[in-house]
This record gives sequence, structure tokens and C-alpha cells, in this order.
Amino acid sequence: MSVDLRTRIGAASLPNPIMTAAGCAGIGRELGRFFDVAKLGAFVTPSITPEARAGRPAPRLAETPSGVLNSTGLQGPGIDAFLARDLPWLDEQQARTIVSIAGNSVEEYAEVAGRLATAPGVTAVEINTACPNVEDRGLMFAAHPTAAAEVVRAVRAHTRRGVPVLAKLSADVTDVVGVAMACADAGADALSMINTLHGMAVDTSTFRPRLAGITGGLSGPAIRPVAVRCVYQVHAALPEVPIIGIGGVRTGLDALELVLAGASAVAVGTANIHDPSACVRILRELDAALRERGISHLADAVGLAHKPAGTLMRRIDPNVGVAEPTEQETLQ
Amino acid sequence: MTDSSPVQVPGTVLTMRRIGTYQTMTLVAPGVAERFRPGQFVAVAVGGEQSSMLLRRCFSVREVKPDYGGTVEIVFAVRGKGTEWLAALRPRDIVDVAGPLGRPFPLPRDPVNCVLLGVAHGSAALFPLAAVLGQRDCRLHFVLGGATSDDVLGARGARRTGDSVAVATEDGSLGSAGSVGDLLPGVIEDAQADVVYACGPLDTLRAVTRTCTGYGIPAQVAVEEPMACGTGVCMACVLPVIGDDGGTHMVRTCVEGPVFRGERVRWDDVGTIPFDALGAPRALRLGERS
Ligand SMILES: Cc1cc2nc3c(=O)[nH]c(=O)nc-3n(C[C@H](O)[C@H](O)[C@H](O)COP(=O)(O)OP(=O)(O)OC[C@H]3O[C@@H](n4cnc5c(N)ncnc54)[C@H](O)[C@@H]3O)c2cc1C
Ligand SMILES: Cc1cc2nc3c(=O)[nH]c(=O)nc-3n(C[C@H](O)[C@H](O)[C@H](O)COP(=O)(O)O)c2cc1C
Ligand code: FES
Repeated sequence: MSVDLRTRIGAASLPNPIMTAAGCAGIGRELGRFFDVAKLGAFVTPSITPEARAGRPAPRLAETPSGVLNSTGLQGPGIDAFLARDLPWLDEQQARTIVSIAGNSVEEYAEVAGRLATAPGVTAVEINTACPNVEDRGLMFAAHPTAAAEVVRAVRAHTRRGVPVLAKLSADVTDVVGVAMACADAGADALSMINTLHGMAVDTSTFRPRLAGITGGLSGPAIRPVAVRCVYQVHAALPEVPIIGIGGVRTGLDALELVLAGASAVAVGTANIHDPSACVRILRELDAALRERGISHLADAVGLAHKPAGTLMRRIDPNVGVAEPTEQETLQ
Repeated sequence: MTDSSPVQVPGTVLTMRRIGTYQTMTLVAPGVAERFRPGQFVAVAVGGEQSSMLLRRCFSVREVKPDYGGTVEIVFAVRGKGTEWLAALRPRDIVDVAGPLGRPFPLPRDPVNCVLLGVAHGSAALFPLAAVLGQRDCRLHFVLGGATSDDVLGARGARRTGDSVAVATEDGSLGSAGSVGDLLPGVIEDAQADVVYACGPLDTLRAVTRTCTGYGIPAQVAVEEPMACGTGVCMACVLPVIGDDGGTHMVRTCVEGPVFRGERVRWDDVGTIPFDALGAPRALRLGERS
């Protein structure tokens, strides 16, 4: 049996659901030394800002149990250099590119989106809403439904029809469903979740914070349950809006977990730091996991965890693969 | 994908040996050895497949051999959890290795007088370099150092292959008491050195650069900044470096380094974002209102 892994994110159709997560995969060339980036469902860029940014001082990354704290500070060359040098390279590889964008004000997001509107090779635009809104007390856009909606509306207005706009949400909020609904209402075609969780680590030998930036974003398998919860809650509230599940995916089964919770695609972040071939391995493992479960279309698996207990046709015996339905299940 | 691309392979431990305070590990890592050029490094995953340690550990390569389909030897000191795990490996155990990574040492076209300076485990990177320079009929003058005699790596090998060897230890237990930096001017003069290659802690590399600048000769230094992926995807390993355009850039040492021309590195600004670096926060730029 071959598995149909195709998925749709708004108007964009992707050959498979595995993507890189923003900022965890370089600009493509780095991973391109280990595998063909066109094999990915999509390549997601680091968040692109209007101007070059030098980022935060080092040390920028700290290892925590099954996690990583980072305060890289969105270092990047800015939109001009990205358009001149990086996007054409991705296009040449025939990668489907989702451009993540960031800014410190609604105008900055709109500016980057506007510059992308005429560029060839943009499959979708992802809004990193975790940036501080310098015009509003420095609170991140993702913290408030209204601020998030405002930035989504501005980006949507500057983006071609047919190019999906994705809002990437933070789980560091009281009500992620409320933010998700506001973004969808403002024109987001899909939701990416989650971004890193705000955290901190202190070195017990030097008595100092382990990051030069003091606090940072926590990622990796340590945050996966939070991601699964957010995807599940938002899919329950907005079942028609595609979700890109992000957070701690390291294996094909981790990816499947997010799909079952409601994700139509899955982005891999920290796992790329650990294993440069992670994405192609996870894709292979996901394919095998679906096959073992007798699921021939990825789309059929999306949101299965929302089905009431006992309504599923198949059970998995880890040693045998798909088990025959029991008499009771057949009767139901 | 060209042949200079790194590979990621399951490496099989062939031998584990203790030398002084160091652990020497030889891995059968097909593909890495053939591609390797002196100055490059490998990034290994630690803790096994389900490891809770997500960052790779980077190590200089001390030797590559074509035996067993290609072997790679690394030398490391046990520092934290990752190196502790590595030190407990036994022959036939498997570790995930990515390499070779980073920019190698540039090599002189003509036979010239070279000083090879290394402190502690940093000396490891000098030996494959010495082998290549030796083939090009360069004269090799080693300067090796460490805190104690146990920390000095490769003195015996250096005596075998080098035209001269000078050793300094902080406690004076081997060679002269003091730092390699104190010995360097004398060695440069005696050897009439044309170039210095150096690996070691930041302070050493800064001192080496200053000395070389004084003599008007190039310093090619391999830096050892905290790395996380080693492959260029995470932006952990940045250093302020002056580019060809004369401006300062925060560059990734794992892909644009680890080898740099010493005078290009802004040693006094390491660990900061210099105000004049490309993309530095506006508030830091003098005379500019944000
Ligand atoms: C290019 C390069 C070559 C190196 N070559 C050698 C070598 O030949 N022999 C050797 O003993 N050591 C070498 N190091 C240092 C070595 O990588 C660290 O000592 C080692 O990773 C520490 O791991 P740990 O798990 O014991 O420590 P932990 O503190 O648990 O490490 C946590 C993280 O920080 C990084 N890290 C910690 N200390 C250092 C350090 N001093 N430099 C760079 N990264 C660090 C680790 O790689 C890891 O990602 C090299 C480092 C680099 C960047
Ligand atoms: C080093 C690093 C850099 C990141 N940079 C960005 C970024 O530029 N934009 C963004 O939206 N998210 C960024 N993220 C967050 C990831 O895209 C992802 O949402 C998060 O790491 C959770 O996924 P993971 O557990 O698979 O890493 C970054 C994460 C890391 C670890
Ligand atoms: S260590 Fe990740 S970019 Fe250099």
C-alpha cells in the first residue's frame, strides 16, 4: 500500500506535510548539503525583517533536559539581501518556500509582505507574531487577539490572493483559541503553532544566566505536550482552518501525534539542530507509521484524536501492525 | 551536492585510549576521512537515539586514515554530560557523526617556515595540518602548551615530525614555565616564520594575533566558540569578524570558521554585538536616533 501524503494549506498544495520550522534550518543551503530541500513539503525561512539584524550576543543557545533555550534575536540579512540571494537559491532548488516574516510594528510586517508580493517562488507567508510590538508597550503581537489580528490584516492586504497567509501563534497566552479565532477572522488562511515558550536557565557554577540575553525561547521535545494541546484545542474550535503543528517533533510518531490532534502539516525545528537529516527521516517514519495503521491518506488522519472513544475502526498492535476490528467495534 | 559536502554517518567506535588527561577515540566513519581537510571538525550526537541532550558536540580531528573504510580520531577532555557519555563508549558502539565541517586552514603554495601553536586539546587540529605542510616541504616549528605536563597534547609526535618544538606549561612541569604566548616571539625570530597557525583558548589566539601583527606575518587561527549544531542552521556560534567589505559581521564560526585570519576577528568584542556591526540595534549606534 502506498500512502498519499499530499496536504493542503489554504490554496497551497504540498506533496507531503513535513516542513522545517522557522529559524531552525538556516536558509536552505546548510541542510541542502545533507539532502535535497525539494523533498520537503515546504521550506520555512528564518523570520525575515525589513533591515539587517545582528541578533543578540553569545551565548545564544543553552541545552536543557530534552530542550533548547535560544535567544538568537532574529539575526538575518534583511529583506533586500533575502530577495537577492536566498529566495532565488530556494527557487532554483524547486523548494516550496514559506517565508516567515517579522517586524516591530504593523508597518514593518506590511513592508516585508509588500516586498514579497512581487517575488517569484513564495508558496506562503508565515507571520511570526511572537515579536515585541514596540508601539504597544513591547508586548508581543501574539499576546492579544486584537494586536495579532491587526498584523494579520495588514499582511493579508499586502499579499497576493492565492498565496496563503499563516499566523504563527505563541502558547504563552491565557487563551490561544481566542487569538487563533481573531487571526482567522482577520484573514489568516492557516495557523502555525507553537512558537517557543519563554524560559530561562541559570549556570550553577558561574551563578549567571546561561544566555547572554538572560531569558530565551524553549523548544524541543520538552514542549511537545504543550504543542499537542494547543493544536487540539484550536482544531476543536476551528476545524476548517488548516494547522501547521510545531513543537518538539523528533520522530515520525511525534509528527503523527500532532496530525491526530488536528495538524494538516508538521514543522520540525530543534530536531534539525540535533540531526541535519531529521526532516527526511521523519517523513519516512511518518509514511511507515501511517501504512502500519492502515491509513492510506494523510488527510484521513487529521484530527482523529477528536473522535469519541470507541468509534475508530482499527486498533494497532505494536507487534503485528493493524489489528482486525473486534466484534464489538464492528457492531458500533 | 558536491564532494566537499559533509556527510552524516553512523560512526563505529574502533578504539578508546586515555592519553594524559585526554580521551582518544577512533571512529570508523566512512566518507568523513576522504573529505577531510586540516582545520575542519566533526559534530557528534551524544546520549543515543532518545537522548535528552539535543546539541551536538564538536571536536577537532587529530588524524584521518584510509583504514577500515576511513577512520577519524578525536581527542577530548571530559567536561560535561556529553563528553562524559562519549568517554564511556566502548569499541563497536555507534555514534552519529556529521563531518567534515567548517573551513579548513588555507595552505601556502610554496615551502615556507610555519609555526604551529596549540594549547591543551587545541593542539589536536595541528597534526593533520603538519602532515600536509610537511608534504609541501614546509619547515614546521611547534609551540605547545597547557596548564600542566598532562595537558600538553602531542609533544612526542611534534618532536618526531617538527624541525623544532617549544613547550610551555603554566606550572612549569614541562618545558618553560608560563604561556605559549611568551615563547612565540622567540620562535618566530629563530624560525624566520612566514606564518603562524594556532588553536587554543580565545586569549591565546588574541595574543598570537597581536604578536603576528607586530612581525607583519599572518596568523591563521582556529577558534572554539560554543557550538550547538555545527552545521550552520541555528546561529548559536557567532563572532564579530571584519569582512572583505571592511564592515563587521556577526558570522557563524561553524560555517565561516573555525579558521579565521587573526586580524579579522574583533577579539575585544567577542561576546558582544559591536555597535557598528551590520544590523546592530539602532540604540547602540552612536549619534543615531531610533
Ligand atoms: C570547532 C571545535 C573544535 C573542538 N575541538 C575539541 C577537541 O578537539 N577536544 C576537546 O576536548 N574539545 C573540543 N572542543 C570543545 C568541545 O566541543 C566541548 O568541550 C564539548 O562539546 C563539551 O561538551 P560537554 O557535553 O562535555 O559539555 P556541556 O557543557 O554539556 O555542553 C553543552 C553544549 O555547549 C557546547 N560547548 C560546551 N563547552 C564548549 C567549548 N569549550 N567550546 C565549544 N562548545 C562548547 C557543547 O558542544 C554543547 O553543545 C571543540 C569545540 C569546537 C567548537
Ligand atoms: C534557534 C531557533 C531559532 C528560531 N527562530 C525562529 C524564527 O526566526 N521565527 C519563528 O517564527 N520561530 C523561530 N523559532 C521557533 C521555531 O520555529 C519553533 O516554533 C519552535 O522551536 C518549536 O519547535 P521545535 O520544538 O520543533 O523546535 C526558532 C527556534 C529556535 C530553536
Ligand atoms: S553551531 Fe549552529 S550555526 Fe554554528
